Amino acid sequence: MSIRERLSGNEAVATAMKQINPDVVAAFPITPSTEIPQYFSTFVSNGQVDTEFVAVESEHSAMSACIGAEAAGARAMTATSANGLSLMWEMIYIASSLRLPIVLSLVNRAVSGPLNIHNDHSDAMGVRDAGWIMLFSENNQEAYDNTIMAHRIAENKDVMLPLMICQDGFITSHSIENIELIEDSKVKEFVGEYHPEHYLLNKKEPIAIGPLDLQAYLFEHKFQQAEAMRNAKRVIEEVSKDFEKLTGRKYSFFEEYKSQDADYIIVCMNSTAGTTKYVVDKLREKGIKAGLVKVRMYRPFPVEEIAKALSNAKVVAILDKSDSLNGAGGALFEDVTSSMYTQQTYVPTVNYIYGIGGRDTKAEDIESVFEDLQKIDISKKIEDPYRYLGVRREEK
Amino acid sequence: MTNDLIEIRWHGRGGQGAKTASLLLADAAFNTGKYIQGFPEYGPERMGAPITAYNRISNTPITIHSNIYYPDFVVVVDDTLLESVDVTAGLKNDGGIIINTTKSDNEVKSLLNNYKGSIYTIDARKISLDALGKYFPNVPMLAGIVKISGIMTDEELIKDMEGSFKHKFAKKPEVIEGNMNALKNALNEVKKIN
Repeated sequence: MSIRERLSGNEAVATAMKQINPDVVAAFPITPSTEIPQYFSTFVSNGQVDTEFVAVESEHSAMSACIGAEAAGARAMTATSANGLSLMWEMIYIASSLRLPIVLSLVNRAVSGPLNIHNDHSDAMGVRDAGWIMLFSENNQEAYDNTIMAHRIAENKDVMLPLMICQDGFITSHSIENIELIEDSKVKEFVGEYHPEHYLLNKKEPIAIGPLDLQAYLFEHKFQQAEAMRNAKRVIEEVSKDFEKLTGRKYSFFEEYKSQDADYIIVCMNSTAGTTKYVVDKLREKGIKAGLVKVRMYRPFPVEEIAKALSNAKVVAILDKSDSLNGAGGALFEDVTSSMYTQQTYVPTVNYIYGIGGRDTKAEDIESVFEDLQKIDISKKIEDPYRYLGVRREEK
Repeated sequence: MTNDLIEIRWHGRGGQGAKTASLLLADAAFNTGKYIQGFPEYGPERMGAPITAYNRISNTPITIHSNIYYPDFVVVVDDTLLESVDVTAGLKNDGGIIINTTKSDNEVKSLLNNYKGSIYTIDARKISLDALGKYFPNVPMLAGIVKISGIMTDEELIKDMEGSFKHKFAKKPEVIEGNMNALKNALNEVKKIN
């Protein structure tokens, strides 16, 4: 029997970490981090976990300590947000290149300047090419569930890559909502123990990790990393199926909400997907065939599957909670449109940058996107596909 | 049971416990089997600054994740906000507002932009001072919103809060009785003025 609870997104992740009981948690326990290490440190001091909690002096050190712990053969976790992730940046690449399956909870918040602590996805998008598996979560339940699945995915011997679980700062991280928790013993059994093939503290196999790697080998090592990211797709599918057997909760690369017969589809990630479901239901009552594709697995990106899922739509809008500032559109837009191109799928597509710096995304905003899609369908004209949703502009 | 979603907006000042009250309401509704959301709108966190908090309460899962613009009910924890914040903005005419105040009925009405729905007042200061000897308006306002919204019965609220206070004040059991008295008295002190 699952346990009916109500928790914030931060509490949900901290609870998952308690149930996982990792060997090491290294975190910088004040802003710009999250409440997650704060809650977790309470579990440590109460003796509810036997984790070594390392309260480091910066986020750079938090990731460095996780790297050291994983290289030694331990299971390590951390949590951060926004500028905290920025400060980890150098070590983020080291973690993935050394093939250390660290699990990081990223509570998505705007990377400053000017100073802003609220939700958008600019922190995550800054590390999208860093070789981490990235899973996005609509609510506290999905943040919890993705955390429970994380180690099994990351530590799979065909993968061995670090993994980050994203959720929206404040919107879900600080909102109390219903959640179904899994019993401690079942989590323990599901997650299992970590037995790395190679690790520094193995006296029978003395090895070096992270030495000089120049023209002769780095290229091959990077290729292996790319192969591992491809393998992650299959492993994510397998682990998600096992998780469904345990909980009845189904997870795929993305969620198709009333999209299979939809004329108009919004593609987005995290909490806005929930608001979009609410709008889709309202539009369906009026007979408008609206739908949602919510991307859960952002890295690796489900190229073939997403192109297929969108192929029967009349018009598609991709919502980005971060601008790539490339003069052309956001990162998710690029990923989706390039997926369609390589799969020889053409559907008229527009991009909306939205919700930057915590700007609230209302049901009306989502409704206006669906209205735009219907207009495009009638006029057959897209004009500028790179749009801003609900931004105030100077009158010309 | 219907599937009606009830949306509530709280207006208070930093330090008065409006956020805590919204979380207590979410807890209490959760314990009666509902789906809930409780979340504050985070701004600069300063004692005395206007703050907003929100609740959604429903019999079915809640997916919407935005602030609340068309609330069914509004709670005003501090009546000095009536002059600076448009507390009835978007408030449904078939809903209601409850204000912690000792202002006259006519003065309250004149400060609410001719709001057509139900208006209630409560003197949370007096209730709190009588029961606790200190001014904590959040527990009386929690009782007030339950009373006007009918989210649960008085008995359900009293039973649930007894449990919550025992847990919350495990290290300060001497304040439990006072808080329970504030809650029970407040349930009887809500006054409908419109």
